[in-house]
Amino acid sequence: MSAPVFIAGTGIISAIGNNTAENLASLEQEKAGMGEMRFLNSIHRQRLPVAEVKHSNSELAEMAEMPAHVSRTALLSAIAAKEALADAAIENFHELRTGFISANTVGGMDKTENFFPEFLSNHARGRLRSVVHHECGAVTELVADKLAIKNYVSTISTACSSSANSIFCGARLIKQNILDVVIAGGTDALAKFTLNGFNTLMILDNKYCQPFDENRRGLNLGEGAGYVVLVSEKVAAKLAKKPACTLSGYCNANDAYHQTASSPEGTGSFLAMKGAMQKSNIKPADISYINLHGTGTQNNDIAEGTAIKLLFEKDFPPMSSTKSFTGHTLGASGGVEAVFSVLSIQHGLIYPNLRFQTQMKELPFAPETKFSKGNQVNHVLSNSFGFGGNCSSLIFSKT
Amino acid sequence: MHTLKEQIIRQLNLKDLKPEDIGDDQPLFVEGLGLDSIDALELIVLLQQEYQIKLASAEEGQSVFRSVRTMAQYITEHQPTKA
Amino acid sequence: MFIRSAASISPQASFSQLLAVPAAYTSNRLNCIEPDYAKILDPKLIRRMSHIIKMGVSAAMECLKEAGVENPDAIIAGTAYGCLADTESFLTKMVENKEELLTPTAFIQSTHNTVAAQIALMIKCHNYNNTFVHRGFSFENALLDAISLLQENEASTVLVGGVDEITNVSHEILSRFGLYKKDPVSNLEIFNSPSKGTIDGEGAAFFLLSKQASGKDYAKLDAVYTFFKPEGIDEVKMNIENFLLSQAINVSDIDLIIQGRNGDVRNDLIYSNIGQKLFPGKTIIDYKHLCGEYPTSSAFALWLAANILKTGKIPYQALENPKKILFYNHYQNIHHSLYLLSAC
Repeated sequence: MSAPVFIAGTGIISAIGNNTAENLASLEQEKAGMGEMRFLNSIHRQRLPVAEVKHSNSELAEMAEMPAHVSRTALLSAIAAKEALADAAIENFHELRTGFISANTVGGMDKTENFFPEFLSNHARGRLRSVVHHECGAVTELVADKLAIKNYVSTISTACSSSANSIFCGARLIKQNILDVVIAGGTDALAKFTLNGFNTLMILDNKYCQPFDENRRGLNLGEGAGYVVLVSEKVAAKLAKKPACTLSGYCNANDAYHQTASSPEGTGSFLAMKGAMQKSNIKPADISYINLHGTGTQNNDIAEGTAIKLLFEKDFPPMSSTKSFTGHTLGASGGVEAVFSVLSIQHGLIYPNLRFQTQMKELPFAPETKFSKGNQVNHVLSNSFGFGGNCSSLIFSKT
Repeated sequence: MHTLKEQIIRQLNLKDLKPEDIGDDQPLFVEGLGLDSIDALELIVLLQQEYQIKLASAEEGQSVFRSVRTMAQYITEHQPTKA
Repeated sequence: MFIRSAASISPQASFSQLLAVPAAYTSNRLNCIEPDYAKILDPKLIRRMSHIIKMGVSAAMECLKEAGVENPDAIIAGTAYGCLADTESFLTKMVENKEELLTPTAFIQSTHNTVAAQIALMIKCHNYNNTFVHRGFSFENALLDAISLLQENEASTVLVGGVDEITNVSHEILSRFGLYKKDPVSNLEIFNSPSKGTIDGEGAAFFLLSKQASGKDYAKLDAVYTFFKPEGIDEVKMNIENFLLSQAINVSDIDLIIQGRNGDVRNDLIYSNIGQKLFPGKTIIDYKHLCGEYPTSSAFALWLAANILKTGKIPYQALENPKKILFYNHYQNIHHSLYLLSAC
């Protein structure tokens, strides 16, 4: 069961770019994706900055080659998943045992919430077409059909750790020789439901977020989709483009402290990171870069920071939260950040934690503030911690 | 304060409690009634809905919601005067 | 894998009750017969829990209690619709109040992994926790994940379950899709007069799975297999045959088949076809007249199968003490699943 799992391709769409190359360029130019709401119609438009993908649904539908009335969540997913598959360029793809594991939290809610006002006024009203893909799993199937994947299609929903869980679920299916190729990751589109939901928790920043900063105010919601193509050793050996990295470690642990808040010591985060390193058979000192969950909320950053302090003890690797670029993409964040982690290894990149000003007084370290390339990046630790205490960490390693 | 207790019970779905069961000075959070951060957010909405008082942040709630009495005092001090 | 314990909350009161007199309903909607939750859960926690969470968490706690396990190595749930009541509550308020004065509880509870998370919170379980939300495969994905953890030796006990609920709104919307019987019919008669539509159902069923026998197990879960969007009856037949082959058994080795007919004449055509082609003369029973049709109804079926193997008794059948049970179900002819179970 110690067969390696290779990353053969990446696909991503976010507030900072429609594909891998565009995202990479924005990261290098230190250009964040937050701004005023353009596509979502909410009363909070003036007050809350969000990190939207910079296209309307009809534009996305064209890019995805899907009908324009389909849920934005599915459109984003299709665009990124297609890119990932194309990037992997697996010659005999349809002869292999293939899987698609896509996570999301919002499903087709962007459409359902437009159906609901009419339905509430009269239960016979409202277009059924708007709710037919409401379920998280229905969104996944729209895209699985587009990719012509049938052997294994699944959807995971564990709040903000969702797509990290998809990725390591896919890896295990390959290790157990059940599948040869898995496109794994996640997607989430902005919806009034989530925006208002997070607003009631009073954890949204009305300025651009500052993760891991002493004076952080909260998170900015974002949207997007990110996928990696996981392949077995046998498939990797036949690829024209040799994979630059493997998924060498992963772990899911539960904080079991509170429904939405993390324990002050970051128990779940600590266990997830430790477990991932154990699976990867590496020590904290081997980690070249940590892609933090780093939402920018008071609670997450102190819990995650404390867990890192306890685990690494003194030699802290460079770290940053790329949510300072993309916002918090919820169900997609694990997938989006997995793509950034893979790119980090491929090109030796360390990303900056934008808008960082003041070190947190409880922590003996601060995140990176400048983008750099040409670094020796061997192992990247990527954290995704969600509501319900669901904590996942992934480790990507250079081949 | 009796009305306030009724509102708290309703907002937080404390089905087995009656207003008489909540002491005026009984701590609401952690010990006493044992409410948590989600309940605090619910109480913030209660203040806005019933008394038109808007708290600036969740942290402000910590002192305001110490007991029913501190809540009542805050409401008296901050409730916008009715025209 | 051994099923050490099984607990369910369903439209049936209990296994012994459904053997004696199954609960009858004359509605196209079967709601669960629910226990006094205050006896199973801490009343202080119940106040925030909506219907589906109470069902799921209670079934899970009963399951753990029966197995004598305080802290399983993993908790995995499957739910297709998630927490509908909370979702509706928040959505309705959001529309009515035009995004003002909204409260957090319903939003927090609406996340799909709330059932699995609440269980972990209640028993302070820091181990692996996952939730699958893939329509008619939600429970199967959870089961497969559980089995895989056990096979990888990442866990020695896994708590796994399937749960879905009906709300007034969900029933109305799904009715508009033409899913349910238009005229009142008794659930116990749905297979007797072929007509369109099925009956809506809900329920929660949890299982404690282990690689080691305990001596007191309900049954052995030999295999779980799923196939997606088969192109015709021949592909369905081929998948079932391959499954049996992979388990090195013949149709003659199977004592009982549990099938997922749901009373909708269009949906049930596949079962009569397969029954004729593959299982002539076998003892076949239905289960959806007991729990209704919903994406994770197979969890109820697994609970039923486990109880049949443990007690040796089969509803409406003279046959007793089956040794091998095959379960076959499809959800809207998209998600097809097969389970093979053996008596311990």
